[in-house]
Amino acid sequence: MFELSKDHEDFRKVVREFAEAEVAPHIAQWDREHHFPVDLVPKMGELGLFGLVVPEEFGGMGDDGDFTSLCVAIEELGRVDQSIGITLSAGVGLGINPILTYGSQEQKERFLPDLVAGRALAGFGLTEPDAGSDAGATRTKAVRDGDEWVVNGAKAFITNSGTDITSVVTVTARTGTNDDGSAQISAIMVPNGTPGFTVEPAYDKLGWHASDTHGLTFQDCRVPVGNLLGTEGNGFKQFLKTLDDGRIAISALAVGMSQRMLEETTSYAKTRKAFGNPIGVNQGVSFQIADLAVMVEASRQLTYKAAWLKDELEKGRRSVAEVKQAAAICKLYSTEAAVTATRIATQVFGGNGFMEEYPVARFYRDAKILEIGEGTSEVQRMVIARNLGLPTA
Amino acid sequence: MNIVVCVKYVPDAQSERTFNESDNTTDRVGVDGLLSELDEYAVEEALKIVEAGEGEVTVLTVGPDQAADAVKKALQMGADKGVHVNDEAIHGSDSVATSLVLAEAIKKIGDADLVLTGMASTDGTMSVVPAMLAERLGLPQVTFASELTVDGQQVTIRRDGDAASETIVASLPALVSVTDQINEPRYPSFKGIMAAKKKPVETWGLADLGVDASQVGLDAAWTKVESFTKRPPRQQGQIVTDEGDGGTKLAEFLSAQKFI
Ligand SMILES: Cc1cc2nc3c(=O)[nH]c(=O)nc-3n(C[C@H](O)[C@H](O)[C@H](O)COP(=O)(O)OP(=O)(O)OC[C@H]3O[C@@H](n4cnc5c(N)ncnc54)[C@H](O)[C@@H]3O)c2cc1C
Repeated sequence: MFELSKDHEDFRKVVREFAEAEVAPHIAQWDREHHFPVDLVPKMGELGLFGLVVPEEFGGMGDDGDFTSLCVAIEELGRVDQSIGITLSAGVGLGINPILTYGSQEQKERFLPDLVAGRALAGFGLTEPDAGSDAGATRTKAVRDGDEWVVNGAKAFITNSGTDITSVVTVTARTGTNDDGSAQISAIMVPNGTPGFTVEPAYDKLGWHASDTHGLTFQDCRVPVGNLLGTEGNGFKQFLKTLDDGRIAISALAVGMSQRMLEETTSYAKTRKAFGNPIGVNQGVSFQIADLAVMVEASRQLTYKAAWLKDELEKGRRSVAEVKQAAAICKLYSTEAAVTATRIATQVFGGNGFMEEYPVARFYRDAKILEIGEGTSEVQRMVIARNLGLPTA
Repeated sequence: MNIVVCVKYVPDAQSERTFNESDNTTDRVGVDGLLSELDEYAVEEALKIVEAGEGEVTVLTVGPDQAADAVKKALQMGADKGVHVNDEAIHGSDSVATSLVLAEAIKKIGDADLVLTGMASTDGTMSVVPAMLAERLGLPQVTFASELTVDGQQVTIRRDGDAASETIVASLPALVSVTDQINEPRYPSFKGIMAAKKKPVETWGLADLGVDASQVGLDAAWTKVESFTKRPPRQQGQIVTDEGDGGTKLAEFLSAQKFI
């Protein structure tokens, strides 16, 4: 069976120390000012956070690292702040992973070392204003013109796409039509700064204020044919393959959130007094916190079970189908639990829970996106049902 | 350049620190502990010196079983090897005895060009071990360094005082204690954590150092804690409403507390 190793626990300690010292003191301000802390990224790189699933030749941790360690790091960052957690999760899952999995040696050598060191970030643009859950409805087009691809279209909600250090965004685009009339979709790397590629102003979001999210537009944007990532026409399939990791990573982010809510409510319920007693003496309060503890434990078990399966898959000991199902299950459960956890926490905090002075308010705002990004809860249920062999529409 | 860094395992200042009921010594076992933050600066400085040139960093700690964590943390940061002096008889030692054990351990490690320490421990905060240690080893002692450069056979430090900053030069080998102004200690990286597992750590007892048990421990200590009382819980503050005489009331309060 799976369990976290001593190394994972040692690593957890360091990431926690890092998050408490480098993130916690500043996060209220970053959140208030919608500031993406670009200077933090290379520091995260020095810790090795971006290289946990990357071979040594590109500056990664090689055989020493594993996906479980990455989840530990995301959980611990997420416990202190979700924006920073998603910056890592997306930086690896959406930025690094596609290049690592489908890139040519040349593409890897060009982009990975900087991404792993935290000197650069990469984004992945799948979602469009009119294509989200139904990613196959992608409208962005790339047309071959001599030695170049000419990209036209728009992407929506792309994480890490507009930071000062973003080096490249991989976008999915239609490059043709299959025999059955469906769109042929390919993944193309567009370096930031390419003429015709515009990063729109940052979104005004409900939460994740310290995370970088932009819409992107492409107008006759030309990149060399060599920027195709993987095989022409395979972009959609390629994307689906890297999706499972991202879901487990979001689940780890949710675990960090629920864990933090458990810590916050436990200490508040011991000290806050009403009717002459700490509020925790009331079962109406303490039972909610007990439920929260159960959610934290269940989320953690599901998440690290899925992460372990993913690591086992890498060693050829588990199947893709097992990982896919475990990823959808943990993502669905942990993110819904995290939303509930923040609702419980703000309730236990009473009026203070509604005040930005207390971090639970920030977590409350940050929670909702977890049920939406990397596949909505409905999409997870669709995946789970399909894997059970239920009929599909 | 061989550098020995003395590090201490101390109770975590974030958690509740206390004394043992039985012998009035600092409780190092029942509470969470860690590598003293002030010693991280010494480890960092040693690593920087070695990284800029060559040599080896050995971390040395004297403490109970748990103190192995302090050595481990320093190895994760990048030190090359560790020495942990662990002996029942050392329990309750004062600075005099601690400096004796450290001195003998440093002699046994051998060939130290530079001995680095933090400026004080975060638990005892006596700040005397570096001086005692230098004395025992017959080394020049340059303490409270806020800047350190090694140049050939000498070390130059800057020592910031209230009125002036002194630049002090000493010949090597020497002992230097460093302040929290000297650098920004690194976090162990993932690579560092994995590499630390393969680094050698030796555990020595008093017998290995030729130190007699009667020279150390509570019975040999020059001072003893006779008793201790827990600090009373903090009282609720007093709110002074300003009715035009706020300044006078503040002054009265401060004078009653003998602050002015
Ligand atoms: C802050 C943020 C960061 C993001 N980062 C990225 C990124 O880096 N890269 C990227 O490509 N995308 C990113 N996204 C996009 C995100 O993945 C999508 O928003 C998400 O997949 C949902 O797509 P949609 O918004 O188009 O919603 P829709 O697909 O329009 O869904 C609307 C609602 O309908 C439901 N629904 C849709 N189809 C079905 C169905 N068949 N059965 C049942 N219910 C259904 C959905 O579950 C949802 O509740 C980000 C989004 C946000 C908010």
